[in-house]
Amino acid sequence: MAVRSSVGVTSCAGQAQTSLIIACGALVREIQDVLSVNGLDSIEIAAIPALYHNRPEKIVPAVEAHIEAARRDRRFRRIFVAYADCGTGGDLDRLLARYRDVERLPGAHCYEFFSGVEAFSDRGDGDMTSFFLTDFLVRQFDSIIIKGLGLDRHPELRDLYFAHYEKVVYLSQVPTETLLAKANAAAERLGLDFEHRPVGYGDLRCHLEKVFIEDGNNIVD
Amino acid sequence: MADEEDDIILSELSDDELVEQMHQDLYDGLKEEIQEGVTILLERGWAPYDVLTKALVEGMHVVGIDFRDGILFVPEVLLAANAMKTGMAILRPLLADSDAPPQGRIVMGTVKGDIHDIGKNLVGMMMEGAGFEVVDLGINTDVDEFLAAIDEHKPDMIGMSALLTTTMPYMKVVIDTLKEKGIRDDLVVLVGGAPLNEDFANAVGADAYCRDAAVAVEKAKELMARRHNQMAGA
Repeated sequence: MAVRSSVGVTSCAGQAQTSLIIACGALVREIQDVLSVNGLDSIEIAAIPALYHNRPEKIVPAVEAHIEAARRDRRFRRIFVAYADCGTGGDLDRLLARYRDVERLPGAHCYEFFSGVEAFSDRGDGDMTSFFLTDFLVRQFDSIIIKGLGLDRHPELRDLYFAHYEKVVYLSQVPTETLLAKANAAAERLGLDFEHRPVGYGDLRCHLEKVFIEDGNNIVD
Repeated sequence: MADEEDDIILSELSDDELVEQMHQDLYDGLKEEIQEGVTILLERGWAPYDVLTKALVEGMHVVGIDFRDGILFVPEVLLAANAMKTGMAILRPLLADSDAPPQGRIVMGTVKGDIHDIGKNLVGMMMEGAGFEVVDLGINTDVDEFLAAIDEHKPDMIGMSALLTTTMPYMKVVIDTLKEKGIRDDLVVLVGGAPLNEDFANAVGADAYCRDAAVAVEKAKELMARRHNQMAGA
């Protein structure tokens, strides 16, 4: 399964043969797993830097560039966007409305679809003071959270960012002892309580399987 | 030796040089230097309002522009804001007794379900710096809290902030309630927050979308001036 991060797709003559998932870099590993267990290895993934987690205004232009490149490429019969709204305030939906048949993942952010959109909604304001981590964010905690928020250079900013949070909730996909220990350490570093919720792939798996299998769009010949 | 030569003695600078240096110190988030600079200007007989506007607000204006242009990022803006806050702490009691021109009163809060207040606090500080009286309701503010504060403080404006896509629709709940109560037109409504945009602000019925703290101040001044003109013409 090919994962690429550039929008410079080489043109390829002939009929559209496969599908493309334009994905947040934070989801690539999990998407690869879902595709792999379903025998959908021919589907390509175009990764957008996960660092945009902290700069959501960059997400829509990046997704648009990938969609345009993929349409020029003509190899892709179906394009799917593996993002929730992710802080774009509806801009991602406005972009996708311009393209026929390009869908995205459900919900407001990855914490929602990993938890299951319905389960997340049921919690209401119960998670208002929770700071979420996923497997990816636990692995990349230092680069995305600590460095991304400038806490490596200015640790005194921690309480400004996290003053109103009460706990770190680790929404684990495939938890290991190492990840659990890292997640715990992350909570400690942020001065927050810790909770582990083993949610697996949640609606990410269901949704990808629905799009690429149940809807009959699996075009692997 | 080089360090000694590079050290700048703030008290030895002329007024203009000191103000320029304070802009730089704000940019670099240097709290102690800002505190010292404010104290020196006051000792030299500067009016508190002039120290605020010329040294602090003007300095933060540059920070705001560089943030908008992607030169500075959130951590640097927070450090600058913290430095400004130390200056404000000295000036606030003096400003209360001064003849600084009143701009209006704003009740502001992060909406229900949302605990993010970094942007709101920055707006509050810049509003205060621009001469507005700020009543900050904090985080997770529901419509009843907004209504109670409007009743108590009789503001000219309300400001609502949200960081989450899931919480920003609550702004419409507040605005619709103001309409139901028949007080919407008595107030200027400003909204802001990372996932918002102009279209959203229009859709929920706000008067202005404030992309950042500097824009919030500009919009507030502009809308207040328009309101005064309308009232004068009525």
